[in-house]
Amino acid sequence: MSIPILTLLVLVPLAGAIVASLLAKSSESMAKNVALVSSIATGLLSVWMLIKFPTGSAGFEFVSKHAWVSEWGISWHLGVDGISLFLVVLTGILFPLVIVGIDPHHDHKQYLVWMLVLESGVMGSFLSLDLFLFFVFFEIVLVPMYFLIGKWGYDQRVYAATKFFIYTMAGSAFMLVGIVATAFLARRDIGHLSFDLIEIAEKSNFAAGTGRWLFVGFVIAFAVKVPLFPLHTWLPDAHTQAPTGGSVILAGVLLKMGTYGMLRFGVYLFPEAAVWAKPVLLTLAVIGIIYGAIAATMQKDLKRLVAYSSVAHLGFIVLGTFALTNQAITGGVMQMVNHGISTGALFLMVGMIYERRHTRVIAELKGIQAVAPIFAGFFTLIMLSSIGLPGLNGFVGEFLVLIGSFATARWWVVAATTGVILAALYLLWAYQRVFHGEPEEANKSFAEITKREAMLLSVFVAAIVFTGVYPKPMLNRIEPSVKSLLEHVESHSNYKQPEIKAGE
Amino acid sequence: MMLAANMFVGPAIDWFKISPLLVMLGGVLLLILAGSLTPQWKQGTYGVVGALTAAGSAVCTAMLWRDLGEGNPSSLLANALSFSKFSLFATFSVAVATLLAILVTSGFLVREGEDGPEVFALILSAAIGGMVMVQANDLIVMFLGLETLSLAFYLLTASSRWRSASGEAGLKYFVLGGFASAFFLYGVALVFGATGSTNVEKIAASLSKDTVLGGSSAMLLAGIALLLVGFGFKVSLVPFHTWTADVYQGAPTPVTALMGSVGKTAAFVALIRVFTVALSSRSDDWRPVVVMLAVLTLVIGSVLAVVQTDVKRMLAYSSISHAGFILVGLVAAGHSASADAGLGTSGALSYLFIYSILVVGTLGIVSVVAGKGDNETSLSAFKGLGKSNPVLAMGMTVLLLAQAGVPLTSGFVAKFGIIRAAVSTESYALAVVAMLAAVIAAFLYLRIMVSMWLSEGAASRDVAATFSVKASIALCVGATLALGFFPSLLLQFTNQL
Repeated sequence: MSIPILTLLVLVPLAGAIVASLLAKSSESMAKNVALVSSIATGLLSVWMLIKFPTGSAGFEFVSKHAWVSEWGISWHLGVDGISLFLVVLTGILFPLVIVGIDPHHDHKQYLVWMLVLESGVMGSFLSLDLFLFFVFFEIVLVPMYFLIGKWGYDQRVYAATKFFIYTMAGSAFMLVGIVATAFLARRDIGHLSFDLIEIAEKSNFAAGTGRWLFVGFVIAFAVKVPLFPLHTWLPDAHTQAPTGGSVILAGVLLKMGTYGMLRFGVYLFPEAAVWAKPVLLTLAVIGIIYGAIAATMQKDLKRLVAYSSVAHLGFIVLGTFALTNQAITGGVMQMVNHGISTGALFLMVGMIYERRHTRVIAELKGIQAVAPIFAGFFTLIMLSSIGLPGLNGFVGEFLVLIGSFATARWWVVAATTGVILAALYLLWAYQRVFHGEPEEANKSFAEITKREAMLLSVFVAAIVFTGVYPKPMLNRIEPSVKSLLEHVESHSNYKQPEIKAGE
Repeated sequence: MMLAANMFVGPAIDWFKISPLLVMLGGVLLLILAGSLTPQWKQGTYGVVGALTAAGSAVCTAMLWRDLGEGNPSSLLANALSFSKFSLFATFSVAVATLLAILVTSGFLVREGEDGPEVFALILSAAIGGMVMVQANDLIVMFLGLETLSLAFYLLTASSRWRSASGEAGLKYFVLGGFASAFFLYGVALVFGATGSTNVEKIAASLSKDTVLGGSSAMLLAGIALLLVGFGFKVSLVPFHTWTADVYQGAPTPVTALMGSVGKTAAFVALIRVFTVALSSRSDDWRPVVVMLAVLTLVIGSVLAVVQTDVKRMLAYSSISHAGFILVGLVAAGHSASADAGLGTSGALSYLFIYSILVVGTLGIVSVVAGKGDNETSLSAFKGLGKSNPVLAMGMTVLLLAQAGVPLTSGFVAKFGIIRAAVSTESYALAVVAMLAAVIAAFLYLRIMVSMWLSEGAASRDVAATFSVKASIALCVGATLALGFFPSLLLQFTNQL
């Protein structure tokens, strides 16, 4: 029997959290070591999994399945395919970087414990192939994030943390009812009560009306998480008030639990309903793109600006998902990972600015480029990747989404494209205000990037450039799973993908 | 004379099968007789006797589990008590909750300098009442149990002689509880009038033949309504809930824990048994009313919980909201056309078991924080607890998250069981309402957590707990996590109900 690598991915951070929490209060450095070892071990495991993952495989790999609550037909069922593969790797790499690179300033031990619990929960969400298990992870993530925002955040942290918790939990309320209903309704087709994703998706045959209701229940929960307009209002608060580490994780992987859920538990489970709901979701996605971009332009706070840009970027992912073509969904999955890298890095840099200047108000920052040119250089590159400059990672995903959606959602794409332009506008304008010009007195002492910060950012930059220049290895691993997902959709509904010749 | 004596034939008694009750009774007698005839015992000894009694009763109940099924009677004492998985599991719940509550009480009384046998004797009496209620196979027997339980509770509520709030709460509870008992008894009378029996199974048989004595079903409906009102008071459903907050707040904190666990379990189990067995064929009549009560209880309980500033009042309203959740289980159990109706019963019983443990643990911590005098129960008393006493604060956090229904805690298993029952009988809207009410209530638990962890503590007050309280809290937190990670530990028993 081989090593249950996916189970380890979930349990190693959890074990680290438990060990760290049992340490004495005084041994903060020991706690830090434990956190480092367990998060780096998780990161290495995820990379090892990536290497071992057979390119071209469309199904679930490294599956591990054990009975958990047999009375209720619930099992510990984990698996990874092309859609979740890079999200898992992103999680595995992002967490050690955050743990190494960002200083929470107080109560280090508790902070690290919550970080590790969070990592375990996020990993579990991306790997679960059992509806119940997925819900457990999806929901448990709220607790560490709540404490991370509420304890280590900025002035309005308690308000933001509570809002985050209540919003997401309210969304999940619908999903829980949806999950139970799905399992019970599928029982007729399967023959026994089961919460197994694959079993339900392959064997169940919901009546159109039923499937649509269930789909709505799931999608509400994911729409809050993504967040999709008009359920996005928790996000700017949570992002702005969260500590830098929390923001990076929130933008980097947590929001993806929503878009990933839409693919895995929305489209895959209820193909007919996904086709039916397509116009509404596409419209909301496009509104999110344009609204997020306009709102970002208006922001006075740099961190809030990046937060709203997230709303816009995630709109692209949802657009790609529900355009329901191979290219668009592949682009959406790419975009999930890319957004995690570039927006995560942006939040990191905003955090660095705050560390130096204790303000994030754009008007108070000016002329930083003159005093810290290397810092400005890093910011430029990351910003350009967020805008979607060709040659950098942001371009690949966005371009695939737009091109892939054109055939099935033409007018939505036309509207969404304005979002690309607006993205250039608000980011470049912000850059101009923060970095250009003559530095004011307060900004003259703005410290240049430190070695540690530079090393940290280099990892992000390397990922940005590599994926931008050579996305093929990623695409090769994502595409087969997307293709099989769409085949599933086509065989379970009367939807047919338009014939498009992929660019040779 | 000889003739008369011969005419009365006592029922055959299987003593072992009623041992859970007998053990409790023995404990009561020991405490009252030996306690009053001997000089004051060493500190905490009364509590040990009480705890051992409750534990013994729980062990006896567990041993009876394998006597169920083929070849064994399904009722005891001439059909007065039922003997089933349902009644045994509920009895076990009551015994466990009593044990945990006694541990909290023991430490509490030592701290307050009021250690004595009376309180423990009363708690065990309440437990006997509760056990009789959950096992009762006859409405009159059920009433006897209800009164035993209630009288003990009235006294316990008023047992803190130095706090005027305690006496006031006791009186209030007594007056309103008396009304509720009267409603219940009148309901029993009317149902008897309509069916000719007070035996739960005979009522069911009579109703299934569709014969209502006296030719009118109005009497039966009025009886059902009065029973529902009586039970509604006891389990505090909206709109019969108004006493709850005052009594919960005024009663000594460990007694509040007992009310929330043993009191609620006993009354709810009796309610479920009467409505799903005796009145099951009339479920079309009572189900719509219960649905309405459930929605009202869920929403109003949660909303009112959020605006409180005293933790005991918050928990009182949250207990109302939880009652609404359990009522959803009853709605599902009343769906007689569905093959899955049994899920409602097992869901409700699991919920009661889990909630009992949560509520005793939570109020155990509140009693520690309240300090000597049992007065510091405002939300601000919890400020900075995370700094001054992180272990206690962590325990409280686990229990609060469980009450909010966060996964990997027993509270989630409880909520899931109810939602499962509701969905399996196609009450989707009710399930959604219940979950949304849980989200509103979650805000309340977050408020307490914010106070503990995220507010800068005013002054780190010295909170100290005696060993028995610590043991009780540790057991509660441990069980909450164990059942959250391994729900099968509980489900293997409740799934067969």
